[in-house]
Amino acid sequence: MTWGVAGLAVWFGARCALEGIDLEVPEGQITAVVGGDGAGKSTLLRVMAGLVPPSRGAVRLPDRRQLGYLPTRAGGFGDLTVEENLEFVASAARLHRSTPRVDELLQRTGLASFRRRLARDLSGGMRQKLGVSLALLPSPRLLVLDEPTTGIDPVSRSDLWRLIAAAAAQGTAVLASSAYLDEAERAAWVLVLHEGRTLVAGPPAEVTGTLPGAVVEVDAPADPARAWRRGSRWREWRPEGDPAAVAPGLEDVVIVASLAAGAEGAG
Amino acid sequence: MQAMIRKEFRQLRRDRRTLALMIVVPLLLLVVFGYVARFDVKEIPTAVVGVQAEAVAALLPETFDVRIVDRAGSRATAEDLLRRSRAIIGVVAEPPLTILVDGSEMFAAQSALRRTGSALPFGEPQVEILFNPDLSTAAIMVPALIGMVLTAVGTVITSLGVVRERQEGTLEQLAVMPLRPRDVIVGKIAPYFLVGVIDMAVITAAGLLLFDVPFRGSWLVFIAGAVLFLLAVLGMGVLISTLSQTQGEAIQLAIMTMLPQVMLSGMIFPLTSMPWGVRWISYLLPLTYFIQIVRGVFLKATPIDALGIPFLALALLAAVVLSLAILRFRRDLAPSGRRAAEAPGAAA
Repeated sequence: MTWGVAGLAVWFGARCALEGIDLEVPEGQITAVVGGDGAGKSTLLRVMAGLVPPSRGAVRLPDRRQLGYLPTRAGGFGDLTVEENLEFVASAARLHRSTPRVDELLQRTGLASFRRRLARDLSGGMRQKLGVSLALLPSPRLLVLDEPTTGIDPVSRSDLWRLIAAAAAQGTAVLASSAYLDEAERAAWVLVLHEGRTLVAGPPAEVTGTLPGAVVEVDAPADPARAWRRGSRWREWRPEGDPAAVAPGLEDVVIVASLAAGAEGAG
Repeated sequence: MQAMIRKEFRQLRRDRRTLALMIVVPLLLLVVFGYVARFDVKEIPTAVVGVQAEAVAALLPETFDVRIVDRAGSRATAEDLLRRSRAIIGVVAEPPLTILVDGSEMFAAQSALRRTGSALPFGEPQVEILFNPDLSTAAIMVPALIGMVLTAVGTVITSLGVVRERQEGTLEQLAVMPLRPRDVIVGKIAPYFLVGVIDMAVITAAGLLLFDVPFRGSWLVFIAGAVLFLLAVLGMGVLISTLSQTQGEAIQLAIMTMLPQVMLSGMIFPLTSMPWGVRWISYLLPLTYFIQIVRGVFLKATPIDALGIPFLALALLAAVVLSLAILRFRRDLAPSGRRAAEAPGAAA
């Protein structure tokens, strides 16, 4: 089963948050949504969680019992312990409060030794793991995660992605937004949003092939408006192509796409 | 320093609720203390009973606002009228002329007592203060304070509980979980209701034991009134939470709703001394009716059929406030169009 949106537009009053978005979220895969602040990532995910109705277009969602959602910032109910959080979500999902799934998730997330700790007393990474566990608890068919790894340490990020990848491997359709492009490369499909519109979409390997022109590596950029830092050197976009082009990464493609969109907008 | 002052002014200008609190509250206090804060009662609802009722009623000074004249009535009739709050003064127009004063309306009673001496054209009457013979302040204030404490607990604590979910982002999590909106709403309100009931029992017991306040009426009537009142104040708490994004905003709004309740409900200043320009606000406040019920039950053993208007008004207010609160909370939990967002055949 594939969930997703077709021709989606979302307007908040006179402000357009999303326009012309097509996205398929197949089961057993991770689909990543990336983009800068205000690109429309959270709005798209909230549409996919059934929290924001579309102004136009079609949305295909499973029933709420088959949907897991982690909002931005949320990592469980702060005044409940880890175990109580899981028990509450299990009860709401009509599972037995002491379902073996609770123990399984506690073990897999490394939260087993913190089961009696209040959620508000957990570290950022642990709290996010709890949030993802709560979303995963009812074994959803669609898992929607809004920036699950933002603001947490690299080890916790890696742990979380293992957890998310395991869910996808078991057949869950995963839709995750991220501010980190290296994380998007783990996904089977990437949708890059810019100002509410699709900038680039496709499998990460194919997306890098869609780059218009060429990216070169230089010590001093000829046109600073088309250049960005990469380590101690610069990368620069040459729309007309360049024989000295380097193999672009997903980050390069996203930057070039936004530069190209900006140039079109200015034109 | 200039930069700091400019920054504060800019922030203040955009924080409309704080601005409203800074402007509305002083204005409210001015209005309250200017027009409302009057302990002297100029018109005292009066009933005159007995064979000479008409003659005596005609001789009473203007302050005694004669509303009932009953030639066939007796002292028992006058007492009953006072118990039912249909009058504050009952004049038994039979020799010896007796004036009964409702001691539960302290300021009106004091005002009446000042005028029952030389001001009356017919000799020295017998004056009896009923229900609160010592004109004890505690007997008047403690029942009303029960209402005020419940207002604080019901409104402030409930609103904070709901807003905390919004602030932590868990309200969205609840909205997506397979819970019906009514499960969430009832589940959210029920614990606060139970805590409110326990709170009410504790402060009522403390009031009765510590301040020696009499309880003469029916516990059932008191409980029925308290339940309606709790529902109204819990509804206000939920309503405030749906209008607030942060706990700070919720507290500001709660203060803005509590202040008029304390000032205008009749808890401190008698309603009869308030001009109508302000008094109408009193009749929109749940605490006004709860105080009428609770003072009636505690001090006068007022029967439920005499409390029809406060009960009806409280039920109406509770229904309106709770309905509004539930509708707004429901909107937060189940955004309109959610069903339209589900493609045909997608939902199980």
